This record gives sequence, structure tokens and C-alpha cells, in this order.
Amino acid sequence: MSPRLRLLILAVSVVLLAAIGTGFVLHDADRANRRTRARAGGPTVTAGTVSLTQPDRLFFVDMASGPYVNHVVSVPADDPGGTRTASGLSCERFYAGAGTGVCLQSVQGALTTGNRALVLDADLRTRRSYALAGIPSRARVSADGRFVSWTVFVGGESYGAAFFSTRTSILDTRTWTLIPNLETFSITLNGRRYHAADDNFWGVTFAGDDDTFYATLGTAGHTYLVRGSISRRSVTSLVENVECPSLSPDGTRIAFKRRVLPGSSLWRLTVLDLRTLRETPLAEQHSVDDQAEWLNNSTVAYALPTSGDVGSYDLWSVPANGTGTPRMLLPGAFSPAMG
Amino acid sequence: MYLAGRATPAAGAGVRTAVRMVSGTVLALGAVSLITDISSEMITAVLPLYLVVGLGLSPLSFGVLDGLYNGVAGLVQLLGGHLADRGRRHKLVAGLGYGLSALCRPLLLIAHTLTPLGAILALDRTGKGLRTSPRDALISLSSEPEHRGRAFGVHRAMDTAGAALGPITAFLILRQAANGYDAVFGVSGCVAALGVLVLLLFVPGRPPRPRPAAKAEAEAGAEAGAQPQPSVSLREAVNLLRLPRLRALTGCAMLLGLTTISDAFVYLLLQHRVGIADQWFPLLPLGTASVFLLLAVPVGALADRVGRRGVFLAGHGALLLGYALLLWAPAGTALPFVVLALHGTFYAATDGVLPAAVADVVPEALRGTGLALVGTGQALARFLCSLAFGAAWTAWGDGPALAGSAVGLLCCAVTAGVVLRPRPSPTTDH
Repeated sequence: MSPRLRLLILAVSVVLLAAIGTGFVLHDADRANRRTRARAGGPTVTAGTVSLTQPDRLFFVDMASGPYVNHVVSVPADDPGGTRTASGLSCERFYAGAGTGVCLQSVQGALTTGNRALVLDADLRTRRSYALAGIPSRARVSADGRFVSWTVFVGGESYGAAFFSTRTSILDTRTWTLIPNLETFSITLNGRRYHAADDNFWGVTFAGDDDTFYATLGTAGHTYLVRGSISRRSVTSLVENVECPSLSPDGTRIAFKRRVLPGSSLWRLTVLDLRTLRETPLAEQHSVDDQAEWLNNSTVAYALPTSGDVGSYDLWSVPANGTGTPRMLLPGAFSPAMG
Repeated sequence: MYLAGRATPAAGAGVRTAVRMVSGTVLALGAVSLITDISSEMITAVLPLYLVVGLGLSPLSFGVLDGLYNGVAGLVQLLGGHLADRGRRHKLVAGLGYGLSALCRPLLLIAHTLTPLGAILALDRTGKGLRTSPRDALISLSSEPEHRGRAFGVHRAMDTAGAALGPITAFLILRQAANGYDAVFGVSGCVAALGVLVLLLFVPGRPPRPRPAAKAEAEAGAEAGAQPQPSVSLREAVNLLRLPRLRALTGCAMLLGLTTISDAFVYLLLQHRVGIADQWFPLLPLGTASVFLLLAVPVGALADRVGRRGVFLAGHGALLLGYALLLWAPAGTALPFVVLALHGTFYAATDGVLPAAVADVVPEALRGTGLALVGTGQALARFLCSLAFGAAWTAWGDGPALAGSAVGLLCCAVTAGVVLRPRPSPTTDH
């Protein structure tokens, strides 16, 4: 093959491949634009004032196509299908309690993705902003709004050039004391003091006493439910295979995701009674990878991926006692909070 | 795979003259690596985002898989090296490796769960394992022995430049199209196809005939089969281990690999010492990469002039100095810059210099196998080091673990210095 022919083949291929590549980018850019146009039959969303102190409202991140996709919205708790009121705030993950909100955001830069946590007042104005070490995963606020917690996925921190670890932080909004990493807490695992380089915490849920919290501890291939004390900077393991705990409003039970097979990414939504440590599988048969939210003492809500729409979620609800059937609470919605 | 996110400072004029002095094959292979690394680092950079944001997976279990894949890639590397030597089919085997990885990109478009994703990544690593030693063999076979250090330097600099451009390309695409992971995978596939095409069009099918000097050198080193044969049997490949000089190099590479803590740990230690803010943490590999990119060619040329052993050991000296600074230097603003510069210097003085040194002692017919042997040994040792370092960190804390590694590295470097000391004449190797 002559050098000229080779260069010709190369030039033609570069043009062809560049055209295909541009096609991919244009197609995805168009799809992203379509996400910001309202779809017929979708929920009605109007811009308005979202206040975290409004009573009996459900707050969440809107996932329905339209100009307010990814924005924090609210609906009346007793009419979830009603008109959604959209704020100007856009979040990957959101949670609120007693007039304090937390919003985990990702901002696309040229070299990396910038992630940050915004601590919000009742009118969703930013009180403080914290840079995050990784990709937003979970967020929680204590029922009285004093404590805020978030979990992110951090790349490149594990053994053997491996991929991921988590980092969980707790913030006291009264003193603005930040505990950047729960891994500095002393750990009692199965009754013994424990420390390992692969300790990972995620999915905090707060109790009502402004000190106790529950979270997941992952280490050496196992996951545990731990009960922690913020003042004593310590955690103690309770039971195994409990991830992303969520404490019921009355503080007696924990809804969590239970791994069905070791090593698999299949989870079953389950409720644990904290006094008897009895586990009740809920009626949801799909794998749930979310931190559930208690709508009241008898119902939990959680996100499932929208079928046929990668990247979107619907919120479902199911009775917390193992009976009944799951029912769609809100199509195109994510990250629910009862405010 | 390289760590995601590497910088791309402009190559200087001095580099350009050096580049002109390496063969077209080396430049073509460098271009293939540059293009392929853009493609693969695009994926590496967005995969965490894709898993968590795009697919909503919690990817903690991926760490275990990743370690497993690295082990597999090491063994596949041996296979690739040996297959390439059989009938001197370096380009074919390297092409298969590049092709296999390129094939994985469009597959990513249709994989939406963890299991197929894991399978695709395993396939990608297999491709990487297959191509590495045939490619390095081609570089060594198409370069004059006295310029091999520079040739490998040019290749590694181009490779690192690609690794730097990949994440930038990916994040630019994500800026154009929010959640445009399909676009990233699609463009990555196109770029990978271009890499394979450049290999097919511009890398000669067979490495140039051995020059008289190289032939003599090869025969001097060869225990089995004094004259070059068209095909190489497994037995001859195994006989390679009888070469004292290759055994010495493999042993030293493994010994030093056992005390070379992985990049991620270096960055973590740096963060622990200096308290680097979380948002800067992902940029630390950029520091190492830019120094590597700047120094790879001049240090490679230096290795050709003053001897590869000296530069290779000096590189480990730079790493040792980096460890020492991490242990004892006051935590000032300059510390991260100095440590990252030393870390990049370590890579510039070792990553291409070692294969250049291996090429000196392995006969041409077994070049791929010999390079694979050293590469696999080194990778295995580094993996063991990561596990041991993680365990030591857990048991004693980061300071003592690093001090232990530093003492180990010093002992290993001194041992390597003695084992690899120049012989009066190469023929006394027997």
C-alpha cells in the first residue's frame, strides 16, 4: 500500500469517525434538551415559592421531563398527584427536616466534576456550602433540623488501584461543627474494638435525641447496622446485612435494604424492629437501591428506576408491616422528604 | 489503566528534536497509544459517574472485581508476549488486543447492569494485557539498541499525553450533553477505532530484520536456539528464565515492585500530611502525569547515554526521597508539589527505562515473552505491595506503614544496585 493511499484511507476514516462521534454528541445533547421540555400526560409543574416550613407537604427532586427537571419541588402530602410547585434550586439529592434543607449538587467542569453540599434555610437559601470529595449518594437531616449528614462515593481510595469508597460527614448546624469523615469514629464491631483501612460508612439516619444516629458500616466484604453517638464519636454494630437505614418517626423500627445474595447488587426492602431485632420483608419485589423515607409510622416511600427511561426515577410507597402491595406515589420523582 | 485525569503540558522544542530521532514505527505506536489512551481514559473518568448517577448503582463491590481483573491482565500479558513471539506476529497480537478493547466501547452502550458491565471491563483488561508486550517488543525491535531508552521515553510521553486528554474530552462532552454517557461511549468507540486503524496502516507488519550488532548480542544471550527461528516454542520461552541477566532484572523489578506503594496511597498519604481539600484531591494524579510527560523523553535519552541501571536506580532514589519527605518534611504548601514532582520523575526514570534494559538482554526472537515476564512480575509484586501496605496501614497507621515501605525500598534498591552492577563483559553472563 502506498503512503498516499494510506493517508487517504486515514483522512477518510477520520472524517467518517468524526461524523459518527459528532452524531452521538448531538443525539445526547438533543435528548438532554428534550428532558427540559414538558411531555404530554406528565405531571403539572409551575414555578413558585417552596418553603420547608409549609405544613403537610412532600418535598422531592423532580425527574419528570420539563423545564424544572432536577429542581426541588413540593406537593400537598394528601394529594401527591396534584400540581407540583418548583423552586429554582437544582439538586442531585435533597432532604429536609424542620426548616433545614440539604442539597447535594454536581457541577460539570472541564477537568473534573465539582460536587458540593448546600445547607439551606426554610426558603431554600444557601446558609453554608461545603465542597464534596466525590459523587453525591445519600443525604439526611435530623427531625429537628439540627444535624445534617451526607454520603459521597470517592474514587481511587481503595486497595489495588480499585474503584470506590464512601465518605460520610455529619454537620451540626447549631455550632457549624463538621465531622468530615465518620471513619475517625471509634468502632465496636461484634463487641470488639475494630479498625480497618477499608472501613466505609454510608446512609446515616438520626434519632430524636440530638445525639444518636444509625448508619451502615461496610468492611471486609460485610455490611453492618451501627448505632452511633455524635458526642462520644463512636459507633457500635447491631446486626449484619443492613444497608441505608431509615428510622421510623416513632423511633422503634428501621427500614433498610437487605442484600439478597452476597456480592450481588440486588436488595430487598425490609423493616427491622429495634427491640426484637425481628426483620419483616416488605411487599416490594423489585430490588430497591435507595434509602427509604417514612411517610408516616405505617408507610415507607422509595425510588425505583423508571422503566425504559435510564436516569429517571419514580417514587413508590408500600406498607411498613409487610402487607399490601407497592403503589406508585409519584411518577418522575426522586429523593423524597416529609419536610 | 492509568489513573483518571492527567495533565497535558505542551512538549518543548527539545522534545521535538528528540522525537525526530526515533523510528517511524515508534512514532506510529506512540500515536496508537495516545489515541487509545484518550479513548480508554474517557471511559475511566466517567465510569464512576455513570455507575452512580447514570445507572443508580452503588458500586462498592467493584473494588474486588478490579483487583481480580488486574491479576487476569497480568497473566494475559504473558500469553500475549508468547503468542507474539511465535512466528513474530507482534502486530497481529497487538492489533487483536487493541481491537478487543475497542470492541468494548460500543458494548458499553447496551450494558445497563453490573454483571455485563463487569464482563465488558474484564474483556477490556484482556485486550490491554494482550497488547502490552507485543507493542513494547515492536518498539524495542524497531529501535537501535543505543537509542531504546529514548524510544520508550517518546512512547511513554505520547501515552501519558493521551491519558491526560481522555478525561478532558469526556468532561467536555458531558458539558455539551447533560448525562450524555452514551455520547462519551460512542465517541470513545470512534477514537478507539481510529487507534486500531493507525496501527493497521502505519505500523509495519514485521519488525525490521535484526542488525548485525543486535544479532550478535542476541546470540550471546540466548541459551536455547542460537540461530533465529521462524517460530518459538513454549519450551524456549521457559528457557528464557535461564538467562542470568533477565532473571536478575525480573527479580529486581519484582523486589522493587514489592516496595512501590500504589499511586492512590501516595495521594492519600499526601492528603493526610498536608490536609489537601477534597475538591483538589482528584487533581493530584495530574501533577505526577505532567512531570512524567515532561521528563520521559529527556530521561530516556539520558539513560541511553549514562546507562539504564543508573537512571533506573536514580528513579527509585527519587521515589525514596518522596517517601522521606512524606514522612519527615514540614507540611508546607511546597510539599505536595515536590512530592508529585519526585513521583513523576520516578515514573519517567523507570517506566520506559526498564523495558529498554530488558530488550538489551532478551534475544529478538523471544523479546515479547521476555518483556511480558518482567511486566507480569512487576505488576504482581505491586499488587501484593498494595495489599500488604493496606494491611500495614490498618495495623500500625499510615506513618509506620510508609516508614516500613521506605526501609524496604532502600534495601531493595541497594540489592538491585548490587545485582544489576555492570559486568566486565556481556559474554561472562554464562
